[in-house]
Amino acid sequence: MRIVVASGKGGTGKTTVATSLALAAAEREAVRVLDCDVEAPNAALFLHPDLNQRKEVGILLPVMDEALCTHCGKCAEVCEFHAIAVIGKKTLVFPELCHGCGSCTLVCPEKAITERLDVMGVLESGMTASGVNFARGLMNVGEPMAVPIIRELKKWNPASLRAAVGRVAECIETKRRSNPLIDEETASGESAPRNGIEIRDAPPGASCPVVETMRGADFLLLVTEPTPFGLHDLKQVASIARELGILVGVVINRDGIGDDAVEKYCAENGLPILMKIPMERRFAEAIASGKTLVDAAPEYRPAFRALLEDITVRFAA
Amino acid sequence: MKQLVILSGKGGTGKTSVTAAFAHLAAQNGLAGKVILADADVDAANLELVLQPRLLEQQDFKGGKVAVIDQDTCASCGDCQAVCRFDAINYVDGLYMIDPIACDGCAACVYQCPSESISMREQIAGKFYFSESRYGPLYHANLFPGQENSGKLVTLVKQRARLQALDENRELVIVDGPPGIGCPVISAVSGADLALIVAEPTVAGVHDMRRALQTVQHFGMRAMVCINKADIYPAGAEEIESFCRASGIETVGRIPFDVTVTAAMVAGEAVTAFQPDAPSSVAIAAVWERVLQSLLLKE
Repeated sequence: MRIVVASGKGGTGKTTVATSLALAAAEREAVRVLDCDVEAPNAALFLHPDLNQRKEVGILLPVMDEALCTHCGKCAEVCEFHAIAVIGKKTLVFPELCHGCGSCTLVCPEKAITERLDVMGVLESGMTASGVNFARGLMNVGEPMAVPIIRELKKWNPASLRAAVGRVAECIETKRRSNPLIDEETASGESAPRNGIEIRDAPPGASCPVVETMRGADFLLLVTEPTPFGLHDLKQVASIARELGILVGVVINRDGIGDDAVEKYCAENGLPILMKIPMERRFAEAIASGKTLVDAAPEYRPAFRALLEDITVRFAA
Repeated sequence: MKQLVILSGKGGTGKTSVTAAFAHLAAQNGLAGKVILADADVDAANLELVLQPRLLEQQDFKGGKVAVIDQDTCASCGDCQAVCRFDAINYVDGLYMIDPIACDGCAACVYQCPSESISMREQIAGKFYFSESRYGPLYHANLFPGQENSGKLVTLVKQRARLQALDENRELVIVDGPPGIGCPVISAVSGADLALIVAEPTVAGVHDMRRALQTVQHFGMRAMVCINKADIYPAGAEEIESFCRASGIETVGRIPFDVTVTAAMVAGEAVTAFQPDAPSSVAIAAVWERVLQSLLLKE
């Protein structure tokens, strides 16, 4: 099962919820965490994985073989992003405009185009002390496009980690047999452990990086705060979930500040509120110092286990 | 004319609350009538919730195009799916279907389709707005959920704000930036004279502030840092200050954690207008003075 933790508004507690949910889930399940906020990835600051796997990722840029190129301009003609221009006897590529779609390579009648990887960021992966299989993307500073990195992150599954997950999965196999709620047939493709929980920490906002994070997910956990900003941005992400047909549950963080407009909206739109975390200064201070919520407030461990169970039941229904 | 952009890296550090307070403070002093506001966070546009603008103009924003398959002529050969690098073409019940959300608009499938059954269709990706707000003209936008090209929409918002500022000889454009460091941030930063980074003294906030600073410096722009919710984790605030000292970045104040900020947001007001003597209001006013001094007097 793949769970995405998103919010719309930034700073509502996505990473707080994603990391605590992962730690609670890891007590019984094989858990994989993907930090898909590749512009500002923070989950590793709380989970402390041993990041020993690394892969450079990006898009494939066209490279023109000047010896073969006849400057016919077909490549420039098909490029929707104006990333290629033929000027006299030169065919120029503008890498910052290229989306790496490969259309030019396919249409070149002289087969004069090859492709090279334009590195936009790295993927890093490793296990945490509590047995969470962690991976994140890290976009290079100055790069505009997060989506290709998120796309690669979702597909990435280094061999050594597969083995590690296999061992964890074996250990919990017996426990799982007694739990009929998780249907192994429902998980397929991509890199999710076939029988386990994948938790994706999404970026803020509601544009293409958030959508890419949500694609292929089974459940969307929306973390919001009960303020006008929180509500406004929650609506944006909830509408993406509707379009993608993903099940949604809401976590209200910093409960007690602001007003009750978020609760009203959720009630009116059939969005179940699965958890509330009150505004307490000690939580804010602990999280500021790099502690997870379940470590700072162990009484929340059962709450997060219950949250996972709730999600599992809703997904199976 | 100067352009100030408010950034953070990490979301939720208080960019919009600080921007709204700046807009209010600017309208109170010598800059009254001299400021234009722009909300560059087009997929979570919140400045309007505080400035309560009166809409004067709106237009559709045409984002990218998406591919559409004509099922009457499609021979179901699957060539389109084979060339699509965005996993946007699905085979469902004997038909090839394009997922408009996944489609990047590259048109590679259009050129590879042997039966010429695929065409590109323009999409309305959002709305652009021009409004009169309580603290001056406001340019803002709403990117429809899930859409691409937020950078292009940010550029449109900023261009229009800049043109009016130049036309009317206004002194300052204040841009409320998006979180992160990607394309909308790069568009928001482009052409600005100064970036004020609202940092949060948390391990995550410090990490993301550094990435935001690197991004601003990558584009050769001057940056300043203020620390919001500074007393939540004093060690974090000190880390930010010493990091900035070491990197030659000026820190221009600590804003304390203050529930008045949320109360002002709920009331739909800038915190400095809502309760001018609140600790956060006093601190933001001091930050504003230093930013203004640096922006208008320097050079």
